[in-house]
Amino acid sequence: MSVLLDTPASAPNLSRTPSLKTWVWPLIVLVVAFGLVPAFGTSYLFEGILLPFLALSLAGVGLNLLTGYAGQVSLGSAAFMAVGAFACFNFNLRVDGLPLFGSIILAGLTAAAVGLVFGLPSLRLRGFYLAVSTLAAQFFVQWALTKFSWFSNESASGVIDAPALTLFGFTFEGAVGRYYFALTIVTLLTFLAYRLVVSEVGRNFIAVRDNETAARIIGIPVLRTKLFAFAISSFIIGVAGVLWAFAYLRTVEPAGFNLDRSFQILFLIIIGGLATIRGAFYGAALIVVFPLILSRLGALVFGDLFDSGVLDMAQRIVLGALIILFLILEPDGLAALFARIREKIRGGFLRS
Amino acid sequence: MTLFRSFRSTALAASLALGFTLPNVASALADEQHFPLQSYRVGPYAAGGTGFFGGFIDYLNLINTRDGGVNGVKLTWSEGETQYEVERGVEAYERLKSNPGVAAWNPLSVGIAYAMIDRITQDKTPLITINHGRTDSTDGRVFPYVFPLLLNPYSETSGIVNYIGSKEGGLESLKGKKIVVLYHGSPYGKETIPIYELLAKKYGFEVQQIEVPHPGNEQQAQWLTIRRAKPDYVVLRGWGVMNPVALKTAAKTGFPVDRIIGNVWSNSEEDVIPAGDAAKGYTAITTQASGAEYPVVKEIVKTLYDQGKGNLDDKKRIGSVYHNLGIVNGILNVEAIRIAQQKFGKRTLTGDEVRWGFEHLQLDQARVEALGAKDLFHSIHVTWDNHEGNGYVTFQQWDGAKWKVVSDWIAPDWALLRPIIEKSSEAYAKEKGIKIRTAADVDTVTN
Repeated sequence: MSVLLDTPASAPNLSRTPSLKTWVWPLIVLVVAFGLVPAFGTSYLFEGILLPFLALSLAGVGLNLLTGYAGQVSLGSAAFMAVGAFACFNFNLRVDGLPLFGSIILAGLTAAAVGLVFGLPSLRLRGFYLAVSTLAAQFFVQWALTKFSWFSNESASGVIDAPALTLFGFTFEGAVGRYYFALTIVTLLTFLAYRLVVSEVGRNFIAVRDNETAARIIGIPVLRTKLFAFAISSFIIGVAGVLWAFAYLRTVEPAGFNLDRSFQILFLIIIGGLATIRGAFYGAALIVVFPLILSRLGALVFGDLFDSGVLDMAQRIVLGALIILFLILEPDGLAALFARIREKIRGGFLRS
Repeated sequence: MTLFRSFRSTALAASLALGFTLPNVASALADEQHFPLQSYRVGPYAAGGTGFFGGFIDYLNLINTRDGGVNGVKLTWSEGETQYEVERGVEAYERLKSNPGVAAWNPLSVGIAYAMIDRITQDKTPLITINHGRTDSTDGRVFPYVFPLLLNPYSETSGIVNYIGSKEGGLESLKGKKIVVLYHGSPYGKETIPIYELLAKKYGFEVQQIEVPHPGNEQQAQWLTIRRAKPDYVVLRGWGVMNPVALKTAAKTGFPVDRIIGNVWSNSEEDVIPAGDAAKGYTAITTQASGAEYPVVKEIVKTLYDQGKGNLDDKKRIGSVYHNLGIVNGILNVEAIRIAQQKFGKRTLTGDEVRWGFEHLQLDQARVEALGAKDLFHSIHVTWDNHEGNGYVTFQQWDGAKWKVVSDWIAPDWALLRPIIEKSSEAYAKEKGIKIRTAADVDTVTN
């Protein structure tokens, strides 16, 4: 027991061979997510809460690699999601015999390629200037997807329908099926992201973020590292776009991937905790799930007094105030806040 | 301190968990029919949302208060705010569908409706997209649960083109004319692009379609393009804030307002009043007249607003275009339930039974008059394979204070449109592997 409590959980684990205890909590979460949740959840829990939560969490994981670890601010996340969603739709539609799994990989690679192109300014620009230049991705992608109806298979309204979700001969149907589909992909890619940040590449990311000149002097290929960060982050965000469109909404239009979504993903990782993997999940929980809980409670308590518009406005105010409060309490985000609370609780137990 | 903190977080977690597990507010009393409303009362389209859902709720409320429900079956409703955003609409759908006795969905958003088609088909509940929606869902053979009642986007387009033709002295005079369509950059706005191209080819006029990105509060570039193109007419296919901005920008760039024809979502008081004088003389298509002089609107005022039970905050909006559209939508929904009750019994119906009601929703002018809606809307004749129901349109002109009807009730060219719709819906059926229904399938109803 005491062995488990020894090392502070907040310390980033950078060792190549993580010890067994690192895996205890993720394993518990996975067992709950794969085993317990489907047994007890309602269809609303999956369709209304967990699916958007998973898709946005994955996008957060992707952006966190780029922004949190490699220090490159991007406002183009929604564009890369859109590229992923539309690429997957088109590969699935136009390449006969390609399994959905292949389409998803190709969609991720397409998003990575687009990300690479829009990552080029990062070689010259930093900070706010880079953020502004990634806006170009946001506007260009949305424009291109709207302008050329080929992307949406000449559909009159620009809206595309999601195909059936089939992986390795197994079709994921219904709310629980789509949940498993999303959960499997999110688990795989999160694991990949985790392996990446504890590897040499991850340390290169951090070195570039913390001091570019120093990184160059100790022999880290700065340009290649930055571009790789853009590519891998866009890959993950692109796959998140596939989940958003195919598993969650099951329909997709370019307007759904607007600048608001990019900001949402950026705020999500800032609130959750930059340069942490779990921060993306905490942040997504706060941004996606919390407003729904608020609206549920609000409707329950005040539903008869006010109309839904007033309630909705009130929720925004409450959410905004909470975000400010959280960030004042812990500028490093929810991940650090939770770690601190856990330390306090442990300290309390040990003292007593 | 620590103990207190952990207690506090447990209490918080428990209270949050409670929010999910508590049953919905609407109780499962016997004989109630529920309308889940994915409304939008905030955001850029709040004017449309408050008016439409206000009128809808007012009519449901009138039926409850005046008649004690539909043959004794009370009507209930609950609202989920969507702000016209697709993912909020989906969330609201998943949240509200667990209410008992859901009759039909009325999202009033093409984007949300598209996202719901698979879901409602699986759940066997009707989806009503009055005056909008996916055009090929008119084909009930492929879309059993979707109803673009009164006017689908293609019929609207046909009505507008016919009207412009009649102004020019017949459809043959359209040859060589130039029409610009200024459309809202959303699934709704784009829905009519192919049909304008097709009608242009058929009647020999030139069409140029220009997009205004959502929400449309900046249109300088578009109107400069229009000025260069020098069209004979501009069709305004707008929504929300885009409309007054279009009218004002047109005035600024010197385009005559009487050459602008608004579509069915650019026809409300909220579209013209903010534009001030720039809107005087503007004409728009509509399926339902505005004004509070119709018996059913008067009854709503008497029964609800005079008792302080009306849904609109601003009483001046009673009888406005959106409010009346909500009332007409209420009439159609309620009558569908009434028709279904005649077949299945006067009790809470399943979604599939209500679908049967909508597929037999036939209100001739005499029935419309009996419902107190004479001249509010013309008539409707829905069948199992025609889910639009042959709605009639009329044109109204804004005189600076109110809408004045300037045409008779006009029938769109349904015969011309039907093959185009069937081609599209059959392609959809093929893509999705849907078996095309026959008349025999209509009476197969899930309880």
